[in-house]
Order: sequence, then structure tokens, then C-alpha cells
Amino acid sequence: MYNFNYHKPSSVADAAKAVQSAPEGKLVAGGMTLIPTLKQRLAKPSDLVDLGKIAELKGIKKDGNSIVIGAMTRHAEVASSDVVKSAIPALAALAGGIGDPAVRNRGTIGGSIANNDPAADYPSAVVGLGATVVTNKRKIAGDDFFKGMFETALEPGEIVTAVQFPIPEKAAYSKFPNPASRYAIVGVFVAKTGSGVRVAVTGAGSSVFRQKEMEAALGKSFAPDAVANVKVSPSGLNADIHASAEYRAHLVTVMAKRAVAAAK
Amino acid sequence: MATTVSMTVNGKTVSGSVEPRTLLVQFLREHLGLTGTHVGCDTSQCGACVVHVDGNSVKSCTMLAVQADGAQVTTIEGLAKGDQLHPMQAAFREHHGLQCGFCTPGMVMSAVDLANKVKNPSEEQIRHWLEGNLCRCTGYHNIVKAIKAGATAMQGGK
Amino acid sequence: MSDGGIGASVRRKEDARFLTGRGTYTDDINRPGQLYVYILRSPHAHAEIGSIDASKAKKAPGVVAVFTGADLAADNVGGLPCGWLVKSKDGSPMIEPPHPVLAQGRVRHVGDPVAAVIAESREQAKDAAEQINVAYKTLPAVIEAVDAIKPGKPQIWDAAKGNVCFDWHIGDPAVVDAAFKKAAHVTKIDIVNNRLVPNAMEPRAAIGEYDRGTGEYTLYTTSQNPHVIRLLMGAFVLHLPEHKLKVVAPDVGGGFGSKIYHYAEEALVTWASAKVGKPLKWTAERSESFISDAQGRDHVTHAELALDKDGKFLALKVSTVANLGGYLSTFAPAIPTYLYATLLAGTYTTPVIYCEVKAVFTNTVPVDAYRGAGRPEATYVVERIVEMAAHEMKMDPAELRRRNFIPKDAYPYQTPVALQYDSGDYFSTLDMATKAADYAGFAKRREEAAKRGKLRGIGIATYIEACGIAPSAVAGALGARAGLYECAEVRVHPTGSVTVFTGTHSHGQGHETTFAQVIADRLGVPVENVEVVHGDTSKIPFGMGTYGSRSIAVGGSALIKAIDKIVNKGKKIAAHLLEASEADIEFKDGKFTVVGTDKSKAFGEVAFAAYVPHNYPIETVEPGLDETAFYDPKNFTFPSGAHIAEVEVDKETGAVQIVRFTAADDFGRIINPLIVEGQVHGGLVQGIGQALYENAVYDGKSGQLLTGSYMDYCMPRADNVPTFSVGTHTTLCTHNPLGVKGCGEAGAIGAPAAVMNAVVNALAPLGIKDLPMPATPERVWRALHGQKAAH
Repeated sequence: MYNFNYHKPSSVADAAKAVQSAPEGKLVAGGMTLIPTLKQRLAKPSDLVDLGKIAELKGIKKDGNSIVIGAMTRHAEVASSDVVKSAIPALAALAGGIGDPAVRNRGTIGGSIANNDPAADYPSAVVGLGATVVTNKRKIAGDDFFKGMFETALEPGEIVTAVQFPIPEKAAYSKFPNPASRYAIVGVFVAKTGSGVRVAVTGAGSSVFRQKEMEAALGKSFAPDAVANVKVSPSGLNADIHASAEYRAHLVTVMAKRAVAAAK
Repeated sequence: MATTVSMTVNGKTVSGSVEPRTLLVQFLREHLGLTGTHVGCDTSQCGACVVHVDGNSVKSCTMLAVQADGAQVTTIEGLAKGDQLHPMQAAFREHHGLQCGFCTPGMVMSAVDLANKVKNPSEEQIRHWLEGNLCRCTGYHNIVKAIKAGATAMQGGK
Repeated sequence: MSDGGIGASVRRKEDARFLTGRGTYTDDINRPGQLYVYILRSPHAHAEIGSIDASKAKKAPGVVAVFTGADLAADNVGGLPCGWLVKSKDGSPMIEPPHPVLAQGRVRHVGDPVAAVIAESREQAKDAAEQINVAYKTLPAVIEAVDAIKPGKPQIWDAAKGNVCFDWHIGDPAVVDAAFKKAAHVTKIDIVNNRLVPNAMEPRAAIGEYDRGTGEYTLYTTSQNPHVIRLLMGAFVLHLPEHKLKVVAPDVGGGFGSKIYHYAEEALVTWASAKVGKPLKWTAERSESFISDAQGRDHVTHAELALDKDGKFLALKVSTVANLGGYLSTFAPAIPTYLYATLLAGTYTTPVIYCEVKAVFTNTVPVDAYRGAGRPEATYVVERIVEMAAHEMKMDPAELRRRNFIPKDAYPYQTPVALQYDSGDYFSTLDMATKAADYAGFAKRREEAAKRGKLRGIGIATYIEACGIAPSAVAGALGARAGLYECAEVRVHPTGSVTVFTGTHSHGQGHETTFAQVIADRLGVPVENVEVVHGDTSKIPFGMGTYGSRSIAVGGSALIKAIDKIVNKGKKIAAHLLEASEADIEFKDGKFTVVGTDKSKAFGEVAFAAYVPHNYPIETVEPGLDETAFYDPKNFTFPSGAHIAEVEVDKETGAVQIVRFTAADDFGRIINPLIVEGQVHGGLVQGIGQALYENAVYDGKSGQLLTGSYMDYCMPRADNVPTFSVGTHTTLCTHNPLGVKGCGEAGAIGAPAAVMNAVVNALAPLGIKDLPMPATPERVWRALHGQKAAH
């Protein structure tokens, strides 16, 4: 790891100031991706601004017909939250399947979505549930938030403070993990909401994406068979030693089918 | 660049001067001489470095010492009461849940966290919980057995 | 027999320290004034080194020195030696290229060490290494052994034409061909035995220290055999005499073969500690282990089995290309030859066998022994081809095996490939396994699984291994450059407690407990009064270390010899104390008794007399009770067994799950059943890992290891494997005093073939006959859909 200056502000405003005034400032939430990256010397920030002491970024609450999760809420907290489990069990289950227990005790929802790893789980829930990302500057629709591999709509100095998830009628997440890293090779989040069905796919592409053909099919009939025959094109999908694009395309259909079957 | 951190480790208040880039595991091993916590990989996968921070298992190789400032940290050295092994440690011994011993501290610390959170975990729950702990010696068979027994013993059962 | 003697599941003595964080692994040791070493490694698979400019690095904060190959050459430091010489078919010796500690002029694999930076902290050393400018001129690389022998490929060593290190064979091809002509059926198979990364959980580490006052060097290292390291490094690399070089292998976190070899970093820290006058510590990061620890397997094989109409094996013909990597690791040449081809008879009466092996240099990390070492590769060939033959001849695979097993009364049994099996009973282990696995009830389980949309398969593998390495004269005749005996010293203290010094090394095997059990059994001294010391050349007379399941078979036998000497001396002392003739003294249950009387002396009383010789046969017997013995085995030992795997395949995803696994093994006499079972479990998961998960994948062009971390190299985890059913059936080894055979590698030898036979069995209804390891979800999915592999 290269050396850096370390800051631990106690407010979002101070954090934004600290990260913007540094020549190469970087925010650290749970650090589950950033710290390994720093250890491999793949990044060289001048300053690290730790969000861990900011009380206003933590917590889970029900707000009308949505669940609001503070950006610094750990995966383990979402997974075990009674509020989340009763309102959006699929979201609790997704959080409970990220990484491993020790990772879930440190990793945060804000960190995960701001990092936008193409194989991360949370982006599929944000897009699949039509969530809204709240920052210190504005509100961003989930559909507009993820821009590409490790890229988001966040501007310099903009900090995710919370994510608002509308409560769906039913939803489920189905993941086929990479056997080695256990990140998603393909993960499909399916939600039946008041405003239609959403199908969000992670792991398969450079960033999370919606599978519109499946959404249309499920809109007509929300049943596994409705997606079983929707063939996904491998074009543009990720390929690596663990899974070719063709295999990933195939898995999108299988995982979608399984998610629909499991939705509650 | 050095900064001072203080935390409670195994019930004792400790402090030290570290670079911000110092990992918690380096602080434990190199500053405090608590070499029971091991480093087995550099990608946060193997779990040999698992300790408890404020009651939860974390990978001390994926946390900066400065992030643990003010925290309550428990390492493998802090588990036994004097010469009396913690029930989970005793269960690992009884069921031969360790061979070379290198992954063992992380395994035991993970297992204790599981037993604290899930009463009487099933074999499937245990195997799933160990996703972040690699062992190359035991084939996991006896670790799973040990954790089952240890979790029961932690509840005062036999 | 004392409590805790042979056969008891004694809880391990070593666990107390490991469970409380008080183990002492190499990286836990810190020496006063110690500095840190970082090794700059080649980022290229094949390149000329034009120049190395370390001037900036030398001035970086905290840096004490930077060394390159030139510095070592100037000091006349030798290269890493190879411990085994294999000769080609034509009698010519293998090509044995130099293996410098730091690269000299050319690098031959990604990870090849190029320079060493020594600084006050690890991070400073790493920071400074980035300032070293190495001018590389990259060369084309060759990765696969079967490619490397084709014409026009990059040449890795000038002396090795076509990249061939040796072209070896065993058996008579004409005799085998004649047998094939009589065959009613011939089964053919092509096999890739995938390359594996051993991945002991403790990364390698080394600390070198030089004492200016005494001129003595100490090396602390993560080794399975510290005396071997002292011998190789002292005699061949650093030219240091043994009495000025101490090698300590403290607690070691797993080895699986990868910590047998003498590595560059060991020589480097030892040499450089004198150069800079400070103790030097080097600890591998895991990503470094991936490109610097010797790797395992990597064979490409074509095999043919000739059978008569009843399924009797008539002959076996095997042709293998083995990848050695860029350099010869310490025991590399022995693995694909004498530890491989000699095992091709397996558990069967195949009368004639021919095997030829081309061993090839490539631009990859060196390959050497990894758990099983040659024997898993042989077992995989034999058990896959037998399974395939059963399928082709529409015979039950268990029945075909039984029909060809070596009969129970045929021992000693001379195989056509040099080995002579002393004992075994393959019928009983197979019966045990088929019963425990409910082999007969499989069809029902397959039907039930089909209802859940799963393809269920069952697979058997039987295996034989040659352990207890090795009769020195035999090994020497086959090219070993060392003896392979073992040594033990039994020091009885004045009050009757015992310290055992053994030349074997425990890095998970539990010798501190099992060797104490042997003492308890034979001398009646309780286990808690026995200390077992290993891993320090300054304490232990000598030893060849632990690998090849040799510790109890060879080290345990040396221990028995030393115990016998203690008992014999004790009898002389007791005879004097009891005023009886020595011939009338018997030693039993910890007491020396005059036969036929109740006159006796306890073991402790005799020990005390030996050290306080007031009333003592001082004219004929020396004081003290401390005996050393060396034992050279008369033959290999031959553990064997039958493994049965049952799997379910998810038709939609291709994912394979092992739902049952049964092992029935014959390890000879068992000292500690709990420890033996643990060894089996661990081996099985490494074998399952090879079959389903693990694969060292290099980029074919750049030679980068694509599976260079746990993000991509798939280690088996707890949720990948089931709870195992393991059992043993014992036939005793006939030629060592304990009747022991060894158990360390069995799981890794039997499991790959059992699992792959099960996977293929699951897919067989769809017309699939074979599948390469590892059977990853995509490979299985492609097989199910009749598609060719993408990779």
C-alpha cells in the first residue's frame, strides 16, 4: 500500500470538504474493495476520507411505502433487519449473500453502489426495485445511477447518503456465483411492483442492466415459464476464464426463471 | 505521517504510533506482538486474519488500524480464560478441527461469531458461514463437527 | 500398553498452542535488528535482462541494500541443485540447466526472482523496488508442454533441444504391443491432468541471520525437511559447512509437498544476512506464492488398455508429456517417472505395462511434488481407463475391478513396473466402500434425483500408492542424489520422562502426539511425559523430513529401533539392580521383570539408575539412557483403498455437487484413528478440488498466471464438500516394525478419479464418455449441450 493522509470526519459536509480539498482524495466506506485495491498498489490516493464516524449515514427505516437504508449501513445489518426482512425479504436475502460474514460486517450499501463493481450484488437491487439514490446534493433514480464499469453518476465531492427502496409486491434475487471469488457471474433481481415488473442483471455485463424482454414477458404473466424461453444475446456480455459470454447469457435466463419462482 | 491509535485489545487499552496505511493485522502482529492472528492471502478471501471488532468478526487484513481507533478488539489470544479454553477452542481440540493450525485462529473467531448470532446452527448454516475461511488441511469435516459441538457448549449444553 | 498408546484417538498435544494463538510460525519470529526483504520478480514469462538500474532504489528511504544476480555471481554463490537424476531412453542424462538464486541474464517465468531489496520495513522495501529499472527484452514464451515440443517453438534452454529435459520409459514396448494384438477389446483415453497450486495456508517465509562472533548462520524457514535444506543450501549454493549452518523449521502451516524444496529466498536471506550484518526476513504475499511456490501435476497423457473378452486386463500402454516449468525444482524429475509410471499397475494384475514420459521445459512456474506426487496422476490414468472400459464392455465397474484385482494370496506381488507389493486386500476395501456407499441402492437415488431435475452419478476409484520413501539403495539406483532413511533419538531423562528427536517434520500431521503414543505404547511412559522435537538441525542428529507419507513408516521405524536400544540397555541395568541374568529380564508394561518372579524395576527406576549410577554395572554399561537410531526402509509401503463419489449435476447450470463420498482405506496399523481420519478428509478435499474446482491457468501467449489469487484460483470451501464416510480395513506392512503404511496422500490420490467417474456416470445417459478436470459448471454445461469448450 502507498501511504496517504487519513481523515475521519463526523459529518457529511466535512467529508465532502475533505475529499474535495485533497489532490487525489478518496472516500472509504466499508473498504471491502478499496483496501484490497490499495494493498495491491492499484490505486494511489493522496488522502483517504473515512465515512465510518458519520452517524447520519447509518440506519434503516420504513418511510411510507419505501425502505430507506443509510449509506453506511453494513450488509449484515440489512440482512438481519426485521424491517427489511418483512418489507423486502429479497433485499435482506441479497445482503445476506454478499461476500462472507466478515465482509458483511464491514461492507456497506453506499460503498457497494458507489464502487459499482460489475459483479456486485447491490446494483441489481437498486435497479431491480427502481430505488432512488440519495446524495448530499440530490436524488438520483436507480436507473440513471450506474454508468458503466466502476462508473456512476456521482460527481466529485458527491457522497451517497442513503438509498430509498420502494416496497414491491414481490421480488427475489438469484445468483450464480463465481466458484472462486464468489462474486456474481450472473445475478438476476426480479421485482413485481405496482408500476410493472423489473428485471435487473448484474455480473453479466460491464454494469448492471435491465432485461426489458423479460420484463415484458413477466408483465403479461409473472411465472417462471414466461422467461424460460427468453434467449439472451451474448453480444457485449463479459467473458473470462470462469464463464464465456454464451454461458453468461444462458445463466441470465436460468437465474431469472429461478428468481421468479422464488419471488415473495 | 505517523498517527496515534488507541483501542481495547483483549480487554487491555493499547495505543501505538502507526502510518495510516498500517493494517489492523499489522498493528496486532507487529506492534502488539499478538502473532496468533495470521495472514494467509492478500485478497480478503482466506480468513486466517479474522478477529472481532466491537463484537463482530472482521478480516483484520482488510481494515486499517486507524479505522479501529477506539474499538473493542478481540483476538484469538483473548478467547481463553487463563488456562481454560473457550468452549469453541475446546471443541476444536476434541473433534480434531485443526491440523497445521494456521487457519485455526480465524476459523475459531468466525465460529464464535456464528455461535453468538445463530443458536444451534445446522451443518448447512455452518458450511455457508465458513465461506470466508479457507482451510487446506482438514477438508472442513472436523471443523464443521467442532463448530456444532462448540456452539452447543457455548449455550451451556454438552 | 499405556493409556494413549498405539490405536488410541489421543487428542493432540500441539493443539493447546495452536488454539490459543501461541504457535510460532516463521513470520511470527522477529530477530533483533531485523530488516525486511522484498523480491522483485519478473513480470514477463520469457525475457532477456539487458540491464538493471537500482541506483534510485538504493537511495530510497529505509533501504539498506539492493542485490541482483551479479552480486551473487561475484560472491560465487551456486545455483539451486536438483536432487534427482533421470536418464533418457538412450541412456543419456537429463538436461540439467542452471537455476540461479536471482536471475542471470534471462528470466524464464512470471515470478522469476530478479532483485532483492533490503529495507527497514516491508513497505519501504516494496516502495523502493518500484524504483528499480530493469531493461527487459521480451522473448516469445511457450506455456503448454505439448506445444513446447513442437518444432519452431521458443527454446527455453540452449542445451534442451526441443525443450525436452528427458525422454524416459519403463517396460518393453514390443512385449506390450504383442499383448495388444491378442486383445478382444482396446479402450483408449486422452487425459489432461490439470496443473494445481498447492496453497498451504501459511505462505512461505524465511529469516536469515549471521552471527559475526561465531561465524554461524541460522535460517528459519517454512520447510518440511530442514536437514535437506541445510545439505542442499550449505553444500551446493552457499558453500557453508554443516557445523556453521543451522536450519530451523518451526511451526509450519501446511506443506503438501510445496515446502520440500530448496527455494531461492532461503539462500538469499542467509547469504545477504552476512552481507548486511543484520537478520533478514522475507515473507511471501499470497500472490507471490502463486508465482513462486512449486506447482503440481500438469500431465498430458494418451493411454490404451487391452482386455480379453472377459474383461481381464492384458496390457497397458501409456504415453505422457509432463510439464516441468522453467527450471528443475528439487525433486521434479522423480515425480513423472519413478513416482508415476511405477504405479500404473494399480491394484490390478495387468501383466505387461509400457510407459514413456517426455519431460518438458516451459515458461511457467517449476512443477514438483504436490500431495500424492505422481501417484494421483497414475491412479487417474488407470481408474479412468478402467471405468471407460467397463462402460464400453457394458460391465459393472465394480465387477470389472474385482475381476482384475491382485488376489489376496498373491503377496508379495511383483508388478511389471518394478514395484513389489508386500501386502494388501483390495477386495475387502472395495466391499467395505460399496456397502457403506449403498452402491446397490444407487439406481433408486438416481431416479429420485431425476424427479428433482438433477442428473445423479456414482463413481468408484481404487488406488495403490508407494509410500515410506525410500530404500536408499533402490532410490540411488534410480537417480536419487540422497539417502532416504530416517533418524530418531530417544532421550530418557533421569526421572523417566522422554524427549524424542525426530528427523521427520510435522506441519499438520500431529507427530508430537503420534510419536509420543509410540513411546507410551512401548515404554509405558504417559503421552504427557513425552516431548517430540522436530524441525531444528542443531537439536536433531539428522533427518530427511516429511513427504510421501513417510513419517510413521520410516521415522516411526527409526523410533522403534531407538526404543529397542533403550530397552536393551535398560535390561542390562535392570539385571544388575535385580541381581539377575540379562537373559532373564523381560520388559513389559513399563516394568523390567525377572521372568517367572515378581521381582521388577519400573522404567523410571532404571532411568534414574542410568543417570545416578551408584549401584550400576559401570564396567560394562555406560551411564545415561539416550539412544539414536537410523532406519533405512527395506521396501516402499503400499497403502491402498477404494473411494466412491456420488454427485448431482444441475442440468440447467452444469454445476456439480458432491452429495456423498465414501472412502475405505488400508493404511496398515493405525497409531491414532482420529488423526488418520483427519488426513483422509483433507486429502479428499484436495482431490475433489482437482476434479471440480482447481486449475492453474496461464495465458497461452503472455504466460501470465490468470489464476494468480483466490479471486480466480478456486479453493474448495466448506460448502463445496459433504461430510465424509471414512473407514479402514487393515493388512499390515510386512517389512517395518510397526506394520504401518502411511495415510497422508490417500485422499488426494483416490478422489479425483472417483469424482470424475461419478460426473461422467451422471452424464453418460446423454452420451457423454469423458470430460476434462476440473469439471467446471461451464464445461459440464457445454458437454450437456454438445458444444466444444470455450477454453
